[in-house]
Amino acid sequence: MNPEPRLVEVRRNILKQNDVTARQLRERFRTSGVCAVSLVSSPGAGKTAFLEKTLAALRERRGVAALVGDLATENDAARLARSRAPVKQITTGTLCHLEAAMVERALEGWPPEPVKYLFIENVGNLVCPASYDLGEDLRMVLLSVTEGEDKPLKYPTIFNTADVAMITKIDLAEAVEFDWAAARANIEAVRPGMQVLQVSAKTGEGMADWLAFLERWAESRQ
Amino acid sequence: MWAQMHELSIALGIVEAAQEEAAKRGASRVTAVHLKLGPLSGVVKDALEFSYGVACADTTLQGSRLVIEETRIMTLCANCGERRPVESLQSFRCAVCETPATEIVEGRELQLVALEIE
Repeated sequence: MNPEPRLVEVRRNILKQNDVTARQLRERFRTSGVCAVSLVSSPGAGKTAFLEKTLAALRERRGVAALVGDLATENDAARLARSRAPVKQITTGTLCHLEAAMVERALEGWPPEPVKYLFIENVGNLVCPASYDLGEDLRMVLLSVTEGEDKPLKYPTIFNTADVAMITKIDLAEAVEFDWAAARANIEAVRPGMQVLQVSAKTGEGMADWLAFLERWAESRQ
Repeated sequence: MWAQMHELSIALGIVEAAQEEAAKRGASRVTAVHLKLGPLSGVVKDALEFSYGVACADTTLQGSRLVIEETRIMTLCANCGERRPVESLQSFRCAVCETPATEIVEGRELQLVALEIE
């Protein structure tokens, strides 16, 4: 005979293990003077082109490396390797996001040289990455002008968990009649006070502002 | 499709956590799992409910109920000086005074709160 069912109280976060690993990574980055920046966006928003330009620019000045999450291919890593910065692919297979443990594993004995900046490019997806802390200090959400101004309203959670927004492909803004005011208002609605930057990886417009922002932010964390 | 894969891995995490907690209490079967779910958890309720049944198959949780308590997004309002709900997921403002909500104090929960075991 079955005993009577009983109700027991349990307090346990489902993603506790991820949160613990992320905290350890954050601590490790801090003590070794590494600024970790993660990038999230939908597929095709221009993360890789933006990162390629960023790596190339920072490579001349100081240590930089990148981890790249992708479902199946290594195309992104191959593209980024052209910057000559150390780049490592994390192939997630069927998984739609990176988790802290994957970052931790990828960092075993890597990068080969000390770096000041570590970029973590998440899988192109505006839903799942919102749930997973990767130990990054700065989470950037990218939004291209070709995607439309209402993306922040459709994916408020990822925008709310991010620290800074980057509007990409601004060289196409006029052609697609991008409504800057609406885009800014929508970002402000889901993440009040969030700084919004803009860039064209193609023309280089906005790169200097972005690099200056990154440097200021890194200094403020020290 | 993506969302579903994500919720399936979350559902597997719930089953694993519930199994561990049940084993600690000497239970042989879990009949219900009570979960607190925040709008900012990044987890979609419908997709999670669908995935949950799949995740429970052939475990001590097979046939169990998933009871989801949805929380609200709460802010510590800079103007009111108190905990207040925000207007909506598309409008992070204090529902009382409309001040932009910059400090979120509740709404990210993805927490196992209770089990019914036998």
